[in-house]
Amino acid sequence: MTAAEGSPSARTEQDTLATPPMVRMASVDKHFGQLHVLRDIDIDVPRGQVVVVLGPSGSGKSTLCRVINRLEPIDSGTIEVDGKPLPSEGKELAKLRSDVGMVFQQFNLFSHKTIVENVTLAPIKVRKRPAAEARKTAMELLERVGITDQADKYPAQLSGGQQQRAAIARALAMQPKVMLFDEPTSALDPEMVQEVLDTMTGLAKDGMTMLVVSHEMGFARRAAHRVVFMSDGEIVEDSTPNEFFTAPKSDRAKDFLGKILTH
Amino acid sequence: MDVLLDNLDVFREGFITTIQLFALAAVGSLILGTFLAMLRVSPVPVFRAAGTLYVTLVRNTPLTLVFLFFFFAYPLLEIIDLSYFVAAVVSLIVYTSAFICEVVRSGINTVSVGQAEAARALGLGFGQVLSHVVLPQSFRSVMPPLISMLIALLKNSTIAGGFSVREAGAIRSILSERGEDQMVTLLWIAAGFIILVMVLTFVQRTIEKRWSVAR
Repeated sequence: MTAAEGSPSARTEQDTLATPPMVRMASVDKHFGQLHVLRDIDIDVPRGQVVVVLGPSGSGKSTLCRVINRLEPIDSGTIEVDGKPLPSEGKELAKLRSDVGMVFQQFNLFSHKTIVENVTLAPIKVRKRPAAEARKTAMELLERVGITDQADKYPAQLSGGQQQRAAIARALAMQPKVMLFDEPTSALDPEMVQEVLDTMTGLAKDGMTMLVVSHEMGFARRAAHRVVFMSDGEIVEDSTPNEFFTAPKSDRAKDFLGKILTH
Repeated sequence: MDVLLDNLDVFREGFITTIQLFALAAVGSLILGTFLAMLRVSPVPVFRAAGTLYVTLVRNTPLTLVFLFFFFAYPLLEIIDLSYFVAAVVSLIVYTSAFICEVVRSGINTVSVGQAEAARALGLGFGQVLSHVVLPQSFRSVMPPLISMLIALLKNSTIAGGFSVREAGAIRSILSERGEDQMVTLLWIAAGFIILVMVLTFVQRTIEKRWSVAR
């Protein structure tokens, strides 16, 4: 035991303990008017972990995702990204957002720009990269998501699956510390879901910290380290995928799984 | 034809002045109008209020009154002396920008919230979100009403003729002193405007065609 203390593996473990989680939410509350969408949320996402957030619609899971880069402001509580509390507005907030990648249900590619322009816009304007260098990186990313041949087309000319993969490339171009996925496959035709999930699984394998709001049970089983189940604005269960799918503890989770897995 | 050919110098001077008035006022109104629209969609309540106040005040005021203000009331304030031409350009900008603002703002409203959210999520600031993502898409969707505003501006510029600016609208009074036929003179002036408006319409079609491919 004592001999192992000085060994590299022991030190690495200690460093991991000392580094703050990539995302930390503590006592977070949020209302939309009368609706209490987030109730006293506490959650830590350690570096490199893939968390899939499940729950019935209206459970607050999308909001959970959107408050992390302050697309929705919270009423009370604290949110930290990489150990730093979320700035309220202005340049500091923009800087934090540039480190947090986000993928939307509706893709939200800039419709007046080509795919490669979509990917290079933020690196050039926010990170001040030279255009040629940004384009080179963009092409590598488009190759990684498998749509190099679509680089000079406009978003409307691509299929939904290709658009979503372009959106993932656009987020990756900023070299984010963490990626947020807000129902990335919910707007896709069934035959295109897999190509997007494959891209995401690849990212997870590369060690990206990911928070994924999704209904894709297969992805949760395969790629997630952890499943968080939300209902009525609360985190009801927080466990491993295996535990959650085979032995859910709460009635609400059992009910939810019953509806989803039997159809 | 004689009326035109005998007085070509007057027609040329008049229409060149009209084009200058129009070009300067168009550029000025587009800039000020876009700026006002940015104020009206800004997250800062004071800016929004300032934009709304400007539009309410100016859009509800007749253009002639704006001209009267800059030619007769403004000089009393003794700030900077404006030549008649500059005063006319300023009047046209002040008036037209209120309308351009509303056209641009309606364009901004056609751009889905998701576009701005995606831009913000990438770390772009408020100004960058507008200039790189929202405004380019807004202008595409409001090109027809925007060009209509510019056509109205072109024709409104003839009011300057009544305020000692020798533009196309003033040609008639000059030619009437030379004893030319009023009817024929006015028809030639109308022909000149029709040609100018056709040029603007052509510009609109060209831009629309280019952007429709780009989507």
